[in-house]
Amino acid sequence: MAKWQSVCLPLALRMRRDNQVMSGLRALGALILLTGVFACTRAPSPDLSVILADKPAQNLSDYGLFLDPSAQKPAAGVVAYDLINPLFSDYAEKTRYVFVPDGQSVVYTAQDVLDFPVGTVLVKTFSYADRALETRLLIHKADGWEAIPYVWAETDKNAVYAPVGKRLEIAAGVASPEAPAFTYAVPNKNQCKTCHQHGDAVIPIGPKARNLNHQGPYGANQLVDWQSRGLLMGLPLNPTQLPYVSDSAANLDARARAYLDINCAHCHKSTGSASNSGLWLDWTESDSVRLGYGKHPTAAGRGSGQALYVIKPGAPEESIMVYRMASTEAGVAMPELGRALPDTAGVALISDWIANHSEPDKKLTD
Amino acid sequence: MSKRLALLACSALVLSACGQSDTTTQSEATPGATTAPVLDATALQTLLIEAEEGSTISLPAGTFQILDGLSLDVPGVTLQGAGQDQTILDFAGQTGAGEGLLVTSDDVTLAGFTIRDTKGDGIKSKGADRIIYRDLTVEWSGEPDEAHGAYGVYPVESQDVLVERVTVRGASDAGIYVGQSDNIIVRDSFAEYNVAGIEIENSTRADVYNNTVSNNTGGLLVFDLPDLPKVGGHSTRLFNNTVINNNTRNFAPPGNIVASVPSGTGVIIMANERVEIFGNTFNDNRTAHVLLVAYADAFEDERYNPLPRDILVADNAYTKGGYEPQGDLQMLAMLLGGKLPDIVSDGVTRWGEADSIDLNLTVLEPDEVGFINLGLGAYPIKPQNLKPTDQRPDGEVAERLPAVSLAHAAG
Repeated sequence: MAKWQSVCLPLALRMRRDNQVMSGLRALGALILLTGVFACTRAPSPDLSVILADKPAQNLSDYGLFLDPSAQKPAAGVVAYDLINPLFSDYAEKTRYVFVPDGQSVVYTAQDVLDFPVGTVLVKTFSYADRALETRLLIHKADGWEAIPYVWAETDKNAVYAPVGKRLEIAAGVASPEAPAFTYAVPNKNQCKTCHQHGDAVIPIGPKARNLNHQGPYGANQLVDWQSRGLLMGLPLNPTQLPYVSDSAANLDARARAYLDINCAHCHKSTGSASNSGLWLDWTESDSVRLGYGKHPTAAGRGSGQALYVIKPGAPEESIMVYRMASTEAGVAMPELGRALPDTAGVALISDWIANHSEPDKKLTD
Repeated sequence: MSKRLALLACSALVLSACGQSDTTTQSEATPGATTAPVLDATALQTLLIEAEEGSTISLPAGTFQILDGLSLDVPGVTLQGAGQDQTILDFAGQTGAGEGLLVTSDDVTLAGFTIRDTKGDGIKSKGADRIIYRDLTVEWSGEPDEAHGAYGVYPVESQDVLVERVTVRGASDAGIYVGQSDNIIVRDSFAEYNVAGIEIENSTRADVYNNTVSNNTGGLLVFDLPDLPKVGGHSTRLFNNTVINNNTRNFAPPGNIVASVPSGTGVIIMANERVEIFGNTFNDNRTAHVLLVAYADAFEDERYNPLPRDILVADNAYTKGGYEPQGDLQMLAMLLGGKLPDIVSDGVTRWGEADSIDLNLTVLEPDEVGFINLGLGAYPIKPQNLKPTDQRPDGEVAERLPAVSLAHAAG
């Protein structure tokens, strides 16, 4: 009975909004009739009228992307995926799904984010252990991508539209065994755009072929799996594959560049919100000054930490990049958004890289 | 129409919420209580996100604590406070974001409020064409401090920028900084106790006039730096400014370019082309009133020219300058008897192995206005090559720069 209700209720609410002219008993009767006849005999499925609406839906469940209100069970056509290297987000666990409308498919691109058709929804839920924190949707609408944040209430299982984001108090030891108590910041809608900026547009960050090209949640290579599902077109024979940044057996330079690619390059690229710094950290960047070698700070202020260079080869302790990665202070910490804790493993990796490399390996991305 | 009404209703909500907390504070005021009322920053950020294009958002009078960075990404919005000394947004408790207010949309006007004690920059606008900063104050409390944010007012990568009647104090880099932008006016503004008062960097076509810059480390800076997306700054006019007593110690965090600005400098033109400095009043800048210099560090950027070229200095008033040179110029000045004249050129005419070029510097000032060419010749400097001369350069001005015109700010 409970399960039955959970499917029916959101649909009933949606219909009520769509039929504002109806009122009183007549509306109630119609609702009971409609939900009884149509909705409750079917499981929820992604609703393009909600997905492509001008305004974001109030509840995550309104989109019909999940069978259950706690967004644990994806609806038909909603496919789980993961990334070789995720962005560090205060140790939050992330589950990701992609929905592509029936009859449409994603087109492979070599370096940029895959070419997703209009109607695509990328879903990412952030959580600690049993507590869901937030779910971010990226929806490809007719006039471009829109980033829409939803926040999970702690007491009930419903994620609500949160255009201004939210601050969530996290107790010590929750994010990681060593993590202190801290405030987790769900980004607001503008902050979503800051990181997802691509010139005047908004685009996804993670789902690039090189970052998807491994065994995904269904136990098969994701790109091949997507192709066999009819989800992906144009897959070449040997697409690029990033190393796992945590794989200490892999090439150090490649691991460091892969780390910068997913953690920094969404802003630090020619079309990103940190374009003016001239510090561009994309996997495909090959200019050593643009990568920070011997580069003076541009607008760092006290973020320079008294250091003269973004990267001083052989001297991580004199490199601004490491100083800002290790900081948690507003105005100093990098990335500016999306983390309150330092990524100690990331700081160690980049320190190790700067300590051991005099020049970036230019052959890396040829 | 209904949308407009809804917005008005929202504005009223913020207003009444703020008014309420303000009133509460006044009625419950107790001696020693200094806690400012908390503006409903969430409501304000909601308005900034949901604003209709072309609408006005009003900020009430009062001092309000803001705990996170604010941002605006809707074009055509006016953010209007009750006045510079009436609406004060206090960011002392800020815990996130790299600036107090970030604007990323076009045709925005910011007017009539104060932003105080942000953790990073004060107000940044990036790729925000036709922005207007008007009747604003951006400041950091207390003595000049390395821990202050870098820039007060920070438009970057923008077309058509107007900054007027803005007061900035305490920035650990530049009070008013315009970077990588084109077609700019900074006027009728006041910058004090910053490292750099007003700085135009890697930008083209800027008019900086009727400003007062005092008690900064350096007053007015026109720089071009390598390794930025936009290089090749040119066509800036500095005129009718009052540039006095810029003798504050340099408190910029090391590594930043302005950390090399000698305390006591009025104007510095570095690695820029076509700059006019005229009709300004200089008084009591202890290192020098006007410095014309090359970029001093090594660089690889092939697009970059590190020399100042086609510079005009004319018809300025000079009093009491160069009496106690500081920073990198202290040692050089000692070789010259300990003092510097009003106008100082470093005399660098080439870089490394490149050929020497004619900088085309023009000084049109009465004979009693002091000038020196330090004759450094080339970077890296070799002290034995130092050939100072007080002979004025014989440059010529082919054509004066036209005034900058901003169609969006007419009238």
